[in-house]
Amino acid sequence: MSDSMENKSFTGTGLRLKIGLAEMLKGGVIMDVMNVEQARIAEESGATSVMALERVPAMIRAEGGVARMAKPSLIKQIIQAVSIPVMAKARIGHFAEAQILQELGVDFIDESEVLTPADEAHHIDKHAFTTPFVCGARNLGEALRRIAEGAAMIRTKGEAGTGDVVHAVQHMRQITSEMRGLTVLTEQELYKAAKDLQAPYELVRMVARTGKLPVPNFSAGGIATPADASLMMQLGAEAIFVGSGIFMKERATPLDVENDPKEREEAVSRAKAIVMATTHFKDPKILAEVAEQVTGTMKGLAAAGLDESQLLQTRGW
Amino acid sequence: MKSTGGLPRIGVLAIQGNFASHAEALTEAGADPIEVRKPGELAGLDGLILPGGESTTMLRFLEKLRFFDLLEEFCAEKPVFGTCAGAILLAREVRNPAQRSLGLLDAVVERNAYGRQIDSAILTAETSLPGGPLEMVFIRAPRILETGPAVEVLARRDGYAVLVRQGTLMAATFHPELSADRRVHRLFVGTMASPAPRK
Repeated sequence: MSDSMENKSFTGTGLRLKIGLAEMLKGGVIMDVMNVEQARIAEESGATSVMALERVPAMIRAEGGVARMAKPSLIKQIIQAVSIPVMAKARIGHFAEAQILQELGVDFIDESEVLTPADEAHHIDKHAFTTPFVCGARNLGEALRRIAEGAAMIRTKGEAGTGDVVHAVQHMRQITSEMRGLTVLTEQELYKAAKDLQAPYELVRMVARTGKLPVPNFSAGGIATPADASLMMQLGAEAIFVGSGIFMKERATPLDVENDPKEREEAVSRAKAIVMATTHFKDPKILAEVAEQVTGTMKGLAAAGLDESQLLQTRGW
Repeated sequence: MKSTGGLPRIGVLAIQGNFASHAEALTEAGADPIEVRKPGELAGLDGLILPGGESTTMLRFLEKLRFFDLLEEFCAEKPVFGTCAGAILLAREVRNPAQRSLGLLDAVVERNAYGRQIDSAILTAETSLPGGPLEMVFIRAPRILETGPAVEVLARRDGYAVLVRQGTLMAATFHPELSADRRVHRLFVGTMASPAPRK
């Protein structure tokens, strides 16, 4: 009993180590990769971490079907190929996939709405794991529910696989303005705020005191250009996830980085540019130089044209 | 060069990583922290912290704009403290995998030596610092395999050095910025006041 309470506390060893790794990834770019060659490109371009998966969101969106955890053999190959931390995705609520990922030795598990949810009511009890988790959120209540379950990092959700940054912006603004709002409330009002947010009072109170989440807050979904990365950092993101933006050519066709040197070069130029833009996000001179060096951008899909049923971001409860 | 407040101006390399926590720790330890993203921003600083993060990412930036050369010159003259990834950047030799480094600290460092994230740990142990046991937070930590004769070992884990000093250079394989105890940062800020010869 005391052990499990200790584990869930922000002063307990387990959660401090998990959040500690998230802290080390701040100011960097985490890149989705589907094979060893992409993982090597990500590392040589300056990514702080790679997310191993079989299909990036743009492909999942185009091809349909059930999207699941990546094959263990792929994850092991990628762990072998790079020295930076390796993340992998489990379906929402699929704690057995998460147990497998922990056993494989991944450094971070993403309980992700990009995969097909396995449970429509419960998320994974993330306190039960030694491996840290990152979860998506569209508003403060969702972020605090995930943190209550043990998430050591939040990523505000954009609409994954579109290359359209609009929803990443909307949700980052939503969360930062909700946090600012809490800082001016009285003690009495905080109880009502917790009720309205459907989040634990203790976490609401922590945010009200500090004006920020008790775990790092990164941004993901629809970030495709160096300018997009700078925008999200200026809006308050502490690091950037890039999914389909680096290795995709057309809607569901990746750049052939294994066989075509020109397409490999294009992926490298996009990856390096987003890394530079994330560090120098406040420096328009460097951003202009970086944006000029990029040789291509994924074509993308306007998020406003998507049906409600096609949205991935609404998954998560 | 000192700021008008008389506090030492200490840069924190802010390419990526846990630079914000170091800046807070420096303020609490009595220094004025400055974020450094470009080589020109090293000018006028009294010292520098190379923070934790991913050393490969930091190297990609340092290899541009003569950053590496200017950093090498700075480190040769001014006090520098590297934690985790920063310790890797300072080392004479890096293993697992081998990579470029500043080569100023006479030590051989192995990356990710304690395993992956599930092997990260928080230890509390006696060190050479006065004031009782010190909490040390290790995250995907490197290991100092060997140190040269000029390197003073201030703390150990399982026999391996985890906090070392060589003149005005300091390196830690753990993260003092993630603990509330400010003794390690105060020790570094203290080297600003009494510069010692490096060898």
